[in-house]
Amino acid sequence: MDEQPIDSAKDSRLSAQQITRNFDDLHPPLNAQQAGMEASRCLFCYDAPCVIACPTAIDIPKFIRQIATGNDAGAARTILSANIMGGTCARACPTEILCEQKCVLAKGEDHPINISALQRHAVDPVIAAASSHLFARKPETGKTIAIIGAGPAGLSCAHALAVLGHDVQVFEAREKPGGLNEYGLAAYKMVNDFAAREVGFILGIGGICIEYNQAFGRDIFLEQLQEEFDAVFIGIGLGNANLLGLAGENLNGVQDALQFIADLRQAKDKSALKTGQQVIVIGGGNTAIDAAIQAKRLGANSVTMVYRRGLAQMGATAWEQDLAKTNGVILCEWARPLKIQGKNKVQSMVFERTKLESGKLLATGDEFVLPADQVLVAIGQSLENQILGDLETQYGKIKVDDDGQTNICGVFAGGDCIASGEDLTVQAVQDGKIAAKGIHNYLGGANG
Amino acid sequence: MADLGCTIAGIETINPFWLASAPPTDKQYNVERAFAAGWGGVVWKTLGEDPPVVNVTSRYGVHKDTARGILGMNNIELISDRPLEVNLREIERVRTNYPDRVIIGSMMAPVEEELWKELAIKIANSGVHGIELNLGCPHGMCERGMGSAIGQVPELVQNTTRWVREAVDIPVFTKLTPNTTDILLPAEAALAGGADAVALINTVNSVIGVDLDQMAPKPVLDGKGTHGGYCGAAVKPIALHMVAEIARNVATKDLDISAIGGITTWRDAAEFIALGANALQVCTAAMLYGFRIIEDLNDGLSDFMDEKGYRNISDFRGMAVPNTVNWNDLNMNYDLKAKIDTQTCIECGRCHIACEDTSHQAILMQIQADGSRKFSVIDDECVGCNLCQMVCPVPECITMEPVDNALPYVTWPDHPKNTMKSAE
Ligand SMILES: Cc1cc2nc3c(=O)[nH]c(=O)nc-3n(C[C@H](O)[C@H](O)[C@H](O)COP(=O)(O)OP(=O)(O)OC[C@H]3O[C@@H](n4cnc5c(N)ncnc54)[C@H](O)[C@@H]3O)c2cc1C
Ligand SMILES: Cc1cc2nc3c(=O)[nH]c(=O)nc-3n(C[C@H](O)[C@H](O)[C@H](O)COP(=O)(O)O)c2cc1C
Ligand code: SF4
Ligand code: SF4
Ligand code: SF4
Repeated sequence: MDEQPIDSAKDSRLSAQQITRNFDDLHPPLNAQQAGMEASRCLFCYDAPCVIACPTAIDIPKFIRQIATGNDAGAARTILSANIMGGTCARACPTEILCEQKCVLAKGEDHPINISALQRHAVDPVIAAASSHLFARKPETGKTIAIIGAGPAGLSCAHALAVLGHDVQVFEAREKPGGLNEYGLAAYKMVNDFAAREVGFILGIGGICIEYNQAFGRDIFLEQLQEEFDAVFIGIGLGNANLLGLAGENLNGVQDALQFIADLRQAKDKSALKTGQQVIVIGGGNTAIDAAIQAKRLGANSVTMVYRRGLAQMGATAWEQDLAKTNGVILCEWARPLKIQGKNKVQSMVFERTKLESGKLLATGDEFVLPADQVLVAIGQSLENQILGDLETQYGKIKVDDDGQTNICGVFAGGDCIASGEDLTVQAVQDGKIAAKGIHNYLGGANG
Repeated sequence: MADLGCTIAGIETINPFWLASAPPTDKQYNVERAFAAGWGGVVWKTLGEDPPVVNVTSRYGVHKDTARGILGMNNIELISDRPLEVNLREIERVRTNYPDRVIIGSMMAPVEEELWKELAIKIANSGVHGIELNLGCPHGMCERGMGSAIGQVPELVQNTTRWVREAVDIPVFTKLTPNTTDILLPAEAALAGGADAVALINTVNSVIGVDLDQMAPKPVLDGKGTHGGYCGAAVKPIALHMVAEIARNVATKDLDISAIGGITTWRDAAEFIALGANALQVCTAAMLYGFRIIEDLNDGLSDFMDEKGYRNISDFRGMAVPNTVNWNDLNMNYDLKAKIDTQTCIECGRCHIACEDTSHQAILMQIQADGSRKFSVIDDECVGCNLCQMVCPVPECITMEPVDNALPYVTWPDHPKNTMKSAE
């Protein structure tokens, strides 16, 4: 192939203004009129299917009725008592495979209730007021619990324990709390520093203290925590980004998609970010979709998402695939990466077409080349096994029982680092909740 | 095409839809717009002797559902607040401009024969087709001894009707108040006084709501509120009942009825006609949507009549009256069971919880292997009350099916379980 230096990294075609607009709220909040009308559509179902489909079992008909009757504060209380991150979930949940998929009006009117928008309508004012007065702490128990990781799982567990009167010490490896809410979710879902504001609200309950730059396995260790604290909760997420294991993976311009998103999320000025003009994203999950859309919104000329299987097998939901398409992302299915080419800097990638034959993914030998000046790898994350010590794992994740307890007595875990359900914020919140209950019982709380 | 033209109290009208005496009929400008839009007639805003009344600001209050739908409204307005002469000259002009439309003059006066007669004659001289006595206003005017203060006393209803009857030779409509225990008493009094027709209902006495910040009834005027007249869709059932009572009462069954109260759609109109109304009056619906609702009122009623094969209004007028009976005349052996169409059921559970919590525990909810919910009726428990069918959001999903029990028509007086049954 011809060596054509593509040094377009600097010349983003979009103005700073356009980029700001591109990263504004994906779905602007409902106004009072929209919320009232949408709320009054809800049928107030009995034993509602939407609730069953919510991993945190928010009483959806109840909170929607509270909005309809003008009891917005009550609606927020209903939501947040089941899901303390109801604000982030309202922005990030793939409702098309959760509550809204099961809403009876999806069947009845081909148009489910916009549950997430209503949820956001109820919760946002509470977060904006930054008050935790919705919840009161029970009398102090004198027990202290160590929580590793200030992501959704850790913070949900911390809040629930604090409400029960326990003291919580959180150890977080990074500089900021929130986990992937802060570093991973797409920027246009979490505008106006929502992740940080939500954490502020959660901490407002009192009794939770976070220490930053404290990495488990480097600065803190399980034995020490077990000695100092009455119980331990591990919510470290999935720290390792999987590699392609291909030639050229260390070329300039090849990047872990998660790092790309984290940089984007943390950038003060997004127009100063260096982005490619011809971007390839490898993978078929949420991370791949989010990276692809955000690269496009940053001003990339072309973004091609390449997945080794078909659209139907993608981890990304149909709704997310549509979002990618409407953002101009090209979805290329049935192709696996063979190598990354370039001198110092990536210039192109070679792929081979695949096909499915009696359930097996086969290579066809049919190769093609796509030019690229940026490659984002999003083929999944995995647990940092090396720091787990004696913790038992199963299917690559920490093994827990129904109470969230690991094989080590008094050590609990939840979130992406356990195999509870889909790797979703809402699931992590639920895991944290379950473990908090487990810890409370473990500490004798159920009886005392 | 069905003929919507009809006659009431001997007055011919191109369609049965008149605007009731209220703000829509307050002056020439409104009335001519209404006629241009297609309304068959108007009852002019109630006139009194000069000096005209003075109205307050903040005159209406509203009763809404959570989806911004207006169920009803109330008002604390009085009668026309414009000089009598101005109104009468305008009536004359509209009569000339729209010769084929009906104008009825509505009036009200203190309970003195001379006052009623003088005013009735003045109004009749303006060329109106008839006079309507406003004996219904339940707020303001009644505190001055008029409106419902008259309408609630049958003797006064009869006297005022007779005075007008004696004073003029055009048809007389007596407009009744629903704020009474038995509508037949004022209706029979109107008949005895010589009314050619009764018009009903006027507004229902009400407090529409309370402002919880100001702690005062709505509409709030400078910190205070008062009871007003309720009207609109919510009062239709009250009006239907009162119309039916008059239509099936032996003494009043031949009295013409100008039905009023919550008429909003052509279907409402057809229901009133089926219960015996000769013609109809509309106020709130026009106030909420404007005069152009007349198009669908006419169109919908005409299509309905074509579909049923009724050539004119009198073809189906009163058809539901013989079927309107006392509870004691109902068939105790008639049996209905709810039936759920699982094909169209969207599994909302509303029927189940309604019956389970508040009715007869007759709807079973079964979780299927795939997590879906199946709802079915336990026939032995179902009393056929209709509650589930009412709450079901899917049209035709729950039907009430008659049980063919081959039992005879038995009323309560003849029922074996009736211990009060008179021994024969
Ligand atoms: C790019 C991307 C987009 C996503 N989009 C969505 C979405 O739109 N909707 C949705 O529902 N879900 C989404 N997810 C998934 C969701 O973010 C996760 O399921 C959720 O954040 C899991 O919460 P967690 O608390 O288990 O882990 P994390 O959010 O990963 O938090 C773990 C925390 O632990 C800290 N930590 C890690 N290792 C250590 C250590 N050794 N010592 C101390 N602290 C440590 C981390 O710094 C972090 O703060 C997305 C994920 C990614 C990667
Ligand atoms: C604002 C307002 C003013 C009214 N004024 C009069 C009136 O002056 N004379 C009268 O006979 N009825 C008056 N009414 C009653 C209406 O004519 C009518 O009887 C009543 O509103 C019921 O009909 P609807 O449900 O179609 O509104 C008034 C109603 C309203 C809403
Ligand atoms: S399923 Fe839909 S309609 Fe029923 S309660 Fe849930 S959101 Fe409301
Ligand atoms: S008709 Fe009444 S009793 Fe019968 S199932 Fe329905 S709600 Fe229950
Ligand atoms: S109310 Fe209607 S739609 Fe809802 S569960 Fe019952 S039958 Fe089905």
